[in-house]
Amino acid sequence: MNKTIYFGLLFVFLAFIQVFVLSNILFLGYVNPYLYIIFVFLYPLKKNRVTFLLIAFMLGLTIDLFSDSGGIHAFAILFIAYLRLFFAKVFFRKFENDYPFFKLSLEPFGKKFNYVVTLTVIHHFILFSFTNFSFQNISHVLLNTLYSSLFTLILYFLGTYIFSKKQ
Amino acid sequence: MQQLIYFFQKFKYFLFFLLLQLLALTLTFNNLNFHKSKYVNSANKITGGIYEQVSNISDYFALKALNEELVEENKRLINFLQQKKEIPFSLDSTVVDTTRYHQKYTFLSAKIINNNYANAFNFLTIDKGEKDGLGKEMAVVNGKGIVGIIDNTSSNYARVQSILNKNSRLNARLKNGYFGTLKWNGLDYNVLQLSDIPRQAPVNIGDTIETGGKSTIFPEGVLIGTVLKVDSKNSVDKIIDVKLFNDMSAIGSVYVIKNLHKKEIKSLENPVNE
Repeated sequence: MNKTIYFGLLFVFLAFIQVFVLSNILFLGYVNPYLYIIFVFLYPLKKNRVTFLLIAFMLGLTIDLFSDSGGIHAFAILFIAYLRLFFAKVFFRKFENDYPFFKLSLEPFGKKFNYVVTLTVIHHFILFSFTNFSFQNISHVLLNTLYSSLFTLILYFLGTYIFSKKQ
Repeated sequence: MQQLIYFFQKFKYFLFFLLLQLLALTLTFNNLNFHKSKYVNSANKITGGIYEQVSNISDYFALKALNEELVEENKRLINFLQQKKEIPFSLDSTVVDTTRYHQKYTFLSAKIINNNYANAFNFLTIDKGEKDGLGKEMAVVNGKGIVGIIDNTSSNYARVQSILNKNSRLNARLKNGYFGTLKWNGLDYNVLQLSDIPRQAPVNIGDTIETGGKSTIFPEGVLIGTVLKVDSKNSVDKIIDVKLFNDMSAIGSVYVIKNLHKKEIKSLENPVNE
């Protein structure tokens, strides 16, 4: 399938499933997964980052529009979208020349795990800090980050396990 | 000049990133400001329309609960009517009730199409807007109690700042007349905090809290909840926990209250300086 159409559909699908399904789960009253950030993991690494940053920002803003949170999701997802290349360098030792051949699904599980967990936790921490918007209830922020990260990561790894093509 | 261009070229991604982050931050700050949240909110045509479609389907699952709620409300109102009939002296003499403020309200029914209650700053979306005469700073209630205040409208939808929003402030009172400010600390969506109640006020667990009528938004005497916990130390910053009658996680139909005298009251309170 054409790459542009594929990521266009992925954008719409992630936004919809986040807004209408995942944001309404509220496990134990407040724990939600934020699975839309897998867009950042799936989008191919490129040297020219303007398009990618813009799309990530738009995805965050779409979620914000629906959940009345101003620009919180846009801020958080843009942050990890920008840091992505840095962590690709740290965990996978991938530099600019390797970007066209990089595929997350082909990387060893340990490295992939580190990469995904780091970005997810950063995103969730920013998200909940801004949602809380004060220095009170910091324990609340940390707990939320922990639980939601777990939820998101379980969904992500289950998803990749189910949808990955069998060798 | 050469160096400037070189600088931009070297840091173009970072600068682009900063620009977008700044934009997101601006939107975030504006969103928390009652009078500035204009662009990014769920009361616009697209998000409002989509939410309405989805809630049209999901509403069927709540029909039973909604019916029970309506019966409950009807029961309360019928009892209220009966009580009015039983007061004998009001039939043969004129009663001038001076404790009631001279306020006039109209009620409009609306449906909630999007409900948030798990964040620190929550908003709801309803399916009526400017076309139905709604505007900013109108009260939203349902049969069991208060829900919020409208903070943004489009032609067909309106966004309601829920009482479960750290920015919400509400005038509330005990049944015996002592009044204070009702806020939310962002933790439990069933429990609100009542502060500024005078020290001498007798407060017991289980007392009913209602709106105070000291604002132009809420009418007097709309139910809020019951006292759950009273701070043991009797200090100035005594805080009373109030358990809502409403279950904010399961509300469907609401009424929007429009104060017909608001303009008059406002112009009296804030006269134009000459």
